[in-house]
Amino acid sequence: MPDQGMDLEELNSFRMENMTQSTNFPAGTIEAVAFPGEGLLSDDLVISRDSDGNLALQNQACSKTTAFFERPRTPSSPQIAGKPTELGAAIAKVVELFSQSRHPLISGLATDVYGMRAVMNLAETAGATIDHMNSKSSMKNLLVIQNSGWYVTTLSEVKNRVDLLLVIGTDVVSYFPRFFDRVIWNKEAMFTDNTDAREIVYLGGRDLNTAPGTSPSGRKPDVLPCDLDRIPEVLAALRAIISGKPFLATEVAGIATADLEKLAERLKAAKYSVIAWTGSALDFPHAELSIQTITGIVEHLNKTTRSAGLPLSGNDGDVTAYNVSTWISGYPFRSSYRRGYPDYDPYHYETSALLAEGEVDALIWINSFNPERVPPASKTPTVVIGHPAMQFEQPPAVFIPIAIPGLEASGAQFRSDSSVTLPLKKLRATELPTLGDVLSAIEAALKAA
Amino acid sequence: MLIKLTGGRVYDPAHNIDGRVMDIYVRDGRIVERPNDAETIDQEYDLRGKVVMAGAIDMHTHIGGGKVNIARLMLPEDHRASPAVHTDACRSGCGHAAPSTLTTGYRYAEMGYTAGFEPALSPVNARQSHLEMCDTPIIDKGGYAMIGSDDFFLRMLAAKQDQNAINDYVAWILHASQAIGIKVVNPGGINAFKFNQRALNLDEENIHYKVTPREVLQSLTRAVYELGIAHPLHVHGNNLGVPGNVETTLKTMGAVEGYPVHLTHIQFHSYGTEGDRKFSSGAAAIAEALNKHKNVSADVGQILFGQTVTASGDNMRQFANSGHGSPRKSVLMDIECDSGCGVVPFKYKDQNFVNALQWAIGLEIFLLTEDPWRIFLTTDHPNGAPFTSYPHLIRLLMDKSFRNDMFAKLNLDAQAMSTLSGIEREYSLYEIAIMTRAGAAKLVGLHDRGHLGVGAGADITVYTDNADREAMFAKPDYVFKDGQLVVRNGQVVKVTWGSTHTVKPEFDRGIEKDLKKYFDTYHTMNMENFKVSAAELEEDGRGHVIVQESKGRREKTA
Repeated sequence: MPDQGMDLEELNSFRMENMTQSTNFPAGTIEAVAFPGEGLLSDDLVISRDSDGNLALQNQACSKTTAFFERPRTPSSPQIAGKPTELGAAIAKVVELFSQSRHPLISGLATDVYGMRAVMNLAETAGATIDHMNSKSSMKNLLVIQNSGWYVTTLSEVKNRVDLLLVIGTDVVSYFPRFFDRVIWNKEAMFTDNTDAREIVYLGGRDLNTAPGTSPSGRKPDVLPCDLDRIPEVLAALRAIISGKPFLATEVAGIATADLEKLAERLKAAKYSVIAWTGSALDFPHAELSIQTITGIVEHLNKTTRSAGLPLSGNDGDVTAYNVSTWISGYPFRSSYRRGYPDYDPYHYETSALLAEGEVDALIWINSFNPERVPPASKTPTVVIGHPAMQFEQPPAVFIPIAIPGLEASGAQFRSDSSVTLPLKKLRATELPTLGDVLSAIEAALKAA
Repeated sequence: MLIKLTGGRVYDPAHNIDGRVMDIYVRDGRIVERPNDAETIDQEYDLRGKVVMAGAIDMHTHIGGGKVNIARLMLPEDHRASPAVHTDACRSGCGHAAPSTLTTGYRYAEMGYTAGFEPALSPVNARQSHLEMCDTPIIDKGGYAMIGSDDFFLRMLAAKQDQNAINDYVAWILHASQAIGIKVVNPGGINAFKFNQRALNLDEENIHYKVTPREVLQSLTRAVYELGIAHPLHVHGNNLGVPGNVETTLKTMGAVEGYPVHLTHIQFHSYGTEGDRKFSSGAAAIAEALNKHKNVSADVGQILFGQTVTASGDNMRQFANSGHGSPRKSVLMDIECDSGCGVVPFKYKDQNFVNALQWAIGLEIFLLTEDPWRIFLTTDHPNGAPFTSYPHLIRLLMDKSFRNDMFAKLNLDAQAMSTLSGIEREYSLYEIAIMTRAGAAKLVGLHDRGHLGVGAGADITVYTDNADREAMFAKPDYVFKDGQLVVRNGQVVKVTWGSTHTVKPEFDRGIEKDLKKYFDTYHTMNMENFKVSAAELEEDGRGHVIVQESKGRREKTA
């Protein structure tokens, strides 16, 4: 593992040595693997590897997971303006862009803990602003933590305790396909004799895929649909009813008050209710206020029984990114080192606004897991450091393909509930550098310049 | 590289050295014998007139892991007031109550501290805790793995599994979480709260497992002792913060039946119910019991006035306190059939009766407890106050007139309820060195730290003697970490990465059969991924993992 502060020549020689030594790992089977791009980080995957380093998933899994492990390897080299080049030249070009930049932005940030460490180091040295590709959804949750806080739970608690699951505005499975299989319809649970009896209620949203909420014996979930943008009203009504406030309306957003009253009674009667949501699905302005309403409901329920929220997130490493950023700088993403110390502004330091208003003059876009997540279109000179299979309509100023954590590099990744961090395995050899290698070399050259 | 520290006045209680003028030699990060005259001294520091101690050790400080990072995340308003700008040696950061990891390491080193121990490392969250601590520069670190409310352990107790099986599980946890000790928080109570129990007294049963806190304490104190781990079971008792909890604390001392036990932040567990407001000091009773029970040690968890944040595994009590938050917000969690956490910002005020009395109770405990080898200087950072207030706390202990001046400013009703102004004792430099160095190293089990004998790691702090002890301890002249000069005149001049201290007692790996079945059936992660390896900590050029001695199975002696 190269140390930070390695210069370009050292990096090239380091790579040379490793390239000459690198043979593919022997054919075999690897167990307890997780897909690092998905927030639930289900680590029950079994991968077989042939002697050429091709991987095959042995489990039934979603298409994204399969694509991640089984995507054919294509040769990929660094590019400057779409033309293949050496790594050293590509890094020199990035250094040139960054050393002239007055306000660089490092965004995307789909990586793991070790990658984020290098991001933070470079951001500090370069006086850069940082943001994550999923920050629009994850900020909704972070603002609630900072403004009111919440009572939340984690996946194994849900798996063993939940007796009533209330899902707000989402079917969950559109984002986390294995959620119900993993933590609701598990056969055995420590504190429930019969998981089949678990009650599922979907509140809000329309045309959801509620089939996974049907119990193994065929009991259908309760569905109380409404338009997405009416969810704030519905949640406010439910909170008022649970809190015992006088409530005169007979219906809210097409949902009968009687149905909300019934739901309120079920929540109060439950021994351990869980209210789940995803930031992405709550796609309306100031959704953080609706999440705050959910946490207010949980707070009230906890006066007499037990209840907890379950914010589901963590895709593309967003939970990792805000955790590492927070421990190193004090703030999650949407923060900046422009002032020479960490500065946080969740409204100002937002990627699309910074690009649209021309506030930044250089962008590094980091994207390890899903090659389709290309940087937003802009006139800002852009460096992409990411998945070797990334394709661009307009080639970025520089593209540097990297070893993917959990596939070609070891690493560590935070799960949706933030309490669990899983190790990521290196499943096969690669000649590509890690994100840490690349960013450390850029940082060292910037310091020397 | 041979370094000579010449002519300092040395306080090294591990060797009964109380202010003797002597030279110290350092080579390759270790303290060595006086070399022969032919050898060249590469560097000499003239320490004549200076005070020399080993680097200080904070044996209980929340510096890494889930709840600490939640505290950081929750408090942008607190960070904004305390930015730490980039210097030649240091990267920028921020924070007062919950500083960023980089700032934490720099600030500790700048006060002459060279080690800090995270006391509530949740095993399921151990990887995150260590990753954060590994990003905390200069100081050494380690963690106490928090068990006692985890379902695997409570199932074992409920099934009346024998002590050997408990010991194997405890040892397995120490290995898997790269920890140096075992902590229990509100024994069984975090778990009971998940079943909607709102309090758990020492002999009250968990409604699901029918297990009492007393049984948890007995099995864990015994396990820790029998595995031969230096650090006794680290106990955050039941009923934290509850008026009248002094009774629980006294009973807890007796409950462990003579096995070694460490009662942490005991100030928060020393409250009576006397007086008009039904809140009073239990310090005298606690100190008397500490003086009597030689198997019991404690750290104080002193509160100091101002803004801070409380971060605890004790979500049962933190939930109860969440309405008192300032600013009014709280993050509470049930965690992975393992533990819980609660983070509540808090502002201690000297004109508030309860806060003022808490301040006095902490100091009473410090001053009435006789043996400085069994009482430790902590604020339970950040729960009582940020660790950066230690120099102020040291002055309160060493300077009676300063202490009484502070006392006179408190809420008058609180003054009337405290005996503090009548206590004459002032701590000596030697006693401070015991509490913060020799005693702490012995308690944690750091065999080559906390002293200045030949063979010790060269963690050395040099102060200018100053009657204003706060000024003296806030700004050492020099701090050496493993023989390298890292701080000069209270400023970091070189950044190193400290090591992580662990213990790895032997055990029967057959326990993994049960564990694997448990993980496969009830957990959402694979048992193998639960285990943290040393290599993960050492990645990115961070410090090494050091395995401290554990003496192996031994019989009860007390």
